Amino acid sequence: MHELGIVFHVIKSVEEVGRQNCLSRVSAVTLEIGEVSGVVPSYLTDCWDWAVKKSDLLRGAELRTDLLPAVTHCDGCGQDYPTVAHGKTCPHCGSGDTWLLTGSELNIKEIEVPDPEPENSEIPQQIG
Amino acid sequence: MAGFQVIEVKESIFAENDRQADALRQKLKGEQTFLLNLMSSPGAGKTTTLCRTIEALKDELRIGVMEADIDSDVDARTIDGTGVRAIQLHTGGMCHLDADMTKQGLEAFGTEELDLVVLENVGNLVCPAEFDTGAVKNAMILSVPEGHDKPLKYPLIFTVCDVLLINKIDVLPYFDFDMKKVTAYAKMRNPNIQIIPICAKTGEGIDAWADWLRQQVRDWQS
Repeated sequence: MHELGIVFHVIKSVEEVGRQNCLSRVSAVTLEIGEVSGVVPSYLTDCWDWAVKKSDLLRGAELRTDLLPAVTHCDGCGQDYPTVAHGKTCPHCGSGDTWLLTGSELNIKEIEVPDPEPENSEIPQQIG
Repeated sequence: MAGFQVIEVKESIFAENDRQADALRQKLKGEQTFLLNLMSSPGAGKTTTLCRTIEALKDELRIGVMEADIDSDVDARTIDGTGVRAIQLHTGGMCHLDADMTKQGLEAFGTEELDLVVLENVGNLVCPAEFDTGAVKNAMILSVPEGHDKPLKYPLIFTVCDVLLINKIDVLPYFDFDMKKVTAYAKMRNPNIQIIPICAKTGEGIDAWADWLRQQVRDWQS
């Protein structure tokens, strides 16, 4: 259900981009998902496949996900380390004075729009 | 073969919601209405705490309550018994309220004559924390039986809350709940968080909480 809420927000945002750019179809949406954002990409895809059926702009569109690694910075020694392996405690100096640098992101990176269908039924000539 | 055009968006999923939340806060400022977003797990005591809070403040402030749940109107009926106005919102299966849903709820409710509106969010420590509702302040209730480790397990909600009520302190002797640890863990996530121990059932600590809330409403209206 958490993922479903996120999916509804993505659809709303992409529909807004669609209005601004006068789009009639979107074929794919790419999200950037931080490693510790709390979102499970496979659940997201399941919710997506169900929810886009209700959107004229997005019907059948593919959801792609780019995972962004989580990195934590340590104020104790000034070094960065991978969050998932070490959590809040710095593996270099043992300090707990640390904060998440990246990894909580949930961004819409880009959307893919198919070129408009040719208006007549002739097969267009391939150029280039 | 059909070609594709790629449009770069590069925007947080929460960006549109954040814009709507800011717009709602501005509107509320103009109306001199303070909106509190109250969050907790299911069963932490949101509705009971709210009834106590209403008793403590209803002679000084004009209060309204918006109950958000996936289904039923039991909470709105309970609040109705306190004599203040209440509205029940159904989220249609969603695990949280966003700014747009909150705005629609407030418009249907009619808040012009109110000093304080409390939004009782869906009982959940994960999703409500991610969506700014447009509230002026966020409050969270953690009850003793849930355990003192919750700030470690659900860090985000502790980060976004201005005040943390530790409820059901009357049962402290029966649980391994460490008040010092919960304070340290919560402050680790959010050094500015205010922590107020209460017992909604007996009324202990409600005065301190009512004082905090009254002050926030006055600051917002000044």
